[in-house]
Amino acid sequence: MSLRLQARKLACERDDRWLFKDLDLDIHAGEIVRVEGPNGSGKTTLLKILSGQLADFDGELYWNEHPMRRTRQDFLANLLYLGHAPGVKAALTPLENLAWYQALAGEPDDEAARFAALAAVGLVGFEDLPAGQLSAGQQRRVALARLELIPRALWVLDEPFTAIDRDGVAALEARLVAHARRGGCVLVTTHHELADSPALRRIRLGQGARDAEL
Amino acid sequence: MPNSDPHLARERDAVSLFGEPEGGAGVAIRATLKRDLVLLMRRRSEVLNPLVFFALVITLFPIGISPDPELLATIAPGLLWVAALLAALLSLDSLFRSDYEDGSLEQLLLSPHPLPALALAKVAVHWLLTGLPLALMAPVLGIMLALPAGSYAVLALSLALGSASLSLIGAIGAALTVGLSRGGVLLSLLVLPLYIPVLIFGAGAVQAAIFGEGVAAHLAILGALLAVALILAPWAIAASLRISING
Repeated sequence: MSLRLQARKLACERDDRWLFKDLDLDIHAGEIVRVEGPNGSGKTTLLKILSGQLADFDGELYWNEHPMRRTRQDFLANLLYLGHAPGVKAALTPLENLAWYQALAGEPDDEAARFAALAAVGLVGFEDLPAGQLSAGQQRRVALARLELIPRALWVLDEPFTAIDRDGVAALEARLVAHARRGGCVLVTTHHELADSPALRRIRLGQGARDAEL
Repeated sequence: MPNSDPHLARERDAVSLFGEPEGGAGVAIRATLKRDLVLLMRRRSEVLNPLVFFALVITLFPIGISPDPELLATIAPGLLWVAALLAALLSLDSLFRSDYEDGSLEQLLLSPHPLPALALAKVAVHWLLTGLPLALMAPVLGIMLALPAGSYAVLALSLALGSASLSLIGAIGAALTVGLSRGGVLLSLLVLPLYIPVLIFGAGAVQAAIFGEGVAAHLAILGALLAVALILAPWAIAASLRISING
């Protein structure tokens, strides 16, 4: 199974302003692609388009050389998207939150895997507290536990470092690099400076910029 | 592809580490049912609100109009049905709202499983904790309105059948307005016209039971409305959710 996400002549207009225009992207397995740009430059919009959530754009998307329209099911089966909002239910415990995500992703119900995923993000001892009682950073970690829990090749992460402490940031960064090394692919927006790695590529979005540095 | 190429071999090994969905849609549907049930059981007030509203409205009518049992019995079927319908409508706005706000809705939309089925699971929970309790409560309130004794079963049955249609139709409106910060009024305007057939045949069934006429025809039409809603609404809800998230 190859892994290739392409975009051709991507353009998106919001409120009479081009967020980006003629954007060509080619993302392969083993890459970490960081989308950069000031606030409001369309990073989240680009990620939503690339994860198949927005249809309001010009241009074409290709997944493994096929138009996205026809391979959407296969694309979704390989995608793990972490949005700006963590998607963690405040009234449910971290374990219950993960149980739903596990089932939603079509993974077998496995409590040990959920414990392991929570341990990997440093939430041992918080498994059975309602997520609403956890701090913002801990809630974000519950969302990040999905990266451990659900093995998917393409990660699309929107500001995953928000509210995470310094150790957590380092661990997550190492996790991204490890994922790319294993042949996965990461598409990430962040204001946090990622350490240089051979796998890292940058896409810069500016105010109406049409030149992606690719 | 030569096996000796270490890079390719590594890549192939690596990709096998990433899975694809194995569990069927049934697992996801069951998990969604369970999750929504647990969520609503932990926020009891959301479950109780429509029931309290229903009880209050029905309690106030005899006080406001007249305690005359004959008069009350004539208007009771319509009154009970209208109050139950409004109570169900009241609870609809929150159906997708919290999922939208905390980002779970976009995850639901990105699931590899069919969205109509997952949406149907959410609606089923809504009916189970709103429509069904309203239907079970209605006979008790019927006593307050001096509803003739023979019509209690028909009242509960017509409300159980009808409120399932109301939940399904209402969910389309809730899905369409979930992206709007003040979608409540718009939701009512969108959904109320579609509620009217259910109201007519629901109240009609109770009316017929009071007059000792056959209720089978009314209940059959309610069942037919529910069948149509069951077939069409999940797709409409899924499409509406996609539109809302797209905006």
